[in-house]
Amino acid sequence: MTTTELWCDRCGEAATATAHPGCASARQLEPPRFCQHCRRRMKVQVLPVGWSAVCVEHGEIRG
Amino acid sequence: MPEILDQARTQVLGDGVGLDQAGVLAVLNLPDEHLPAALQLAHEVRMRWCGPEVEVEGIVSLKTGGCPEDCHFCSQSGLFTSPVRSVWLDIPSLVEAAKQTAATGATEFCIVAAVRGPDARLMKQMREGVAAIKAAVDIQVAASLGMLTKEQVDDLVDMGVHRYNHNLETCRSYFPNVVTTHSWEERWETLRMVRDSGMEVCCGGILGLGETVEQRAEFAAQLAELDPHEVPLNFLNPRPGTPLGDRPVVEGKDALRAIAAFRLAMPRTILRYAGGREITLGDLGTRDGLLGGINAVIVGNYLTTLGRPATADLELLNELKMPVKALSATL
Repeated sequence: MTTTELWCDRCGEAATATAHPGCASARQLEPPRFCQHCRRRMKVQVLPVGWSAVCVEHGEIRG
Repeated sequence: MPEILDQARTQVLGDGVGLDQAGVLAVLNLPDEHLPAALQLAHEVRMRWCGPEVEVEGIVSLKTGGCPEDCHFCSQSGLFTSPVRSVWLDIPSLVEAAKQTAATGATEFCIVAAVRGPDARLMKQMREGVAAIKAAVDIQVAASLGMLTKEQVDDLVDMGVHRYNHNLETCRSYFPNVVTTHSWEERWETLRMVRDSGMEVCCGGILGLGETVEQRAEFAAQLAELDPHEVPLNFLNPRPGTPLGDRPVVEGKDALRAIAAFRLAMPRTILRYAGGREITLGDLGTRDGLLGGINAVIVGNYLTTLGRPATADLELLNELKMPVKALSATL
């Protein structure tokens, strides 16, 4: 497992330093949808307080 | 003062009789300089016919994504290339969500599923989930599970679900542009059964789907005819991968005009801020709406997107001296 963020967690396209300002802005009001490490779509559960997102390869993250 | 606001002051504020479709359209067409007066009047109407209390609600998705319907605004349809995947919430997590909601001071907890209508598995999950919530949390339970049969309506009443949400989403004339897999009339039939069962009816929709101002007025009039206990007012938050993903968000002043107009059409209903207000109105607009006819809010997150922190809304209500409706007042 790499720790490098290769993929945008909102749109699933390749992540670069400046390529996704729209996604970064939108992510303030959205949970992630794609795993940043492998681009898989994650299973996301939004709760009244917080969210969880699970990648079958890289595990769960919470916010 | 525009004639329509003079008429509304007498008819709506004085007599409690909502504006008809033509009156709503006149409010929606008010020029910007008259918007503050419209909001002020709508606020007076809300205070007179509903009172100062604000009903606070939390919502949670019991079954997310994979929906067979094609509601063009929805990221949970399985027919679009949305990144939302199908996922079920287990009962311990459902109860925890209800506890989180109650901890904000909310009196309402709405369980939502992305389905055409519930199947046996979902009804079983509901029965077990509602029982578990009622055993652990002091909160009213509402549900939103799509179109129902009469037997399912009766089952929900038996579970103790006190309010059922089923949005018409938009006016009858525009609905076929938004949904093609079922009809406006099918939704109306579920609402009729819910009303007849004694459950409270919660029915609203989304503004900014591409409807005209005239159709927005038509929608308000059709909701007024239904006379729901609650009207949740959403503003389109365009979702990637959906047919409406590239639509612009509703302009803030148009959203506020709609809030005032819907209040003047339905002076006694619970008019709730729902999804999309964060991007359409922002913090300042949220305040303007609460001082312009809104008397209920969804706090915390939505079904697939995030909202303002509950504390931000509760602090705003405190600042506006609007008390949160107590649980005892809803029983």
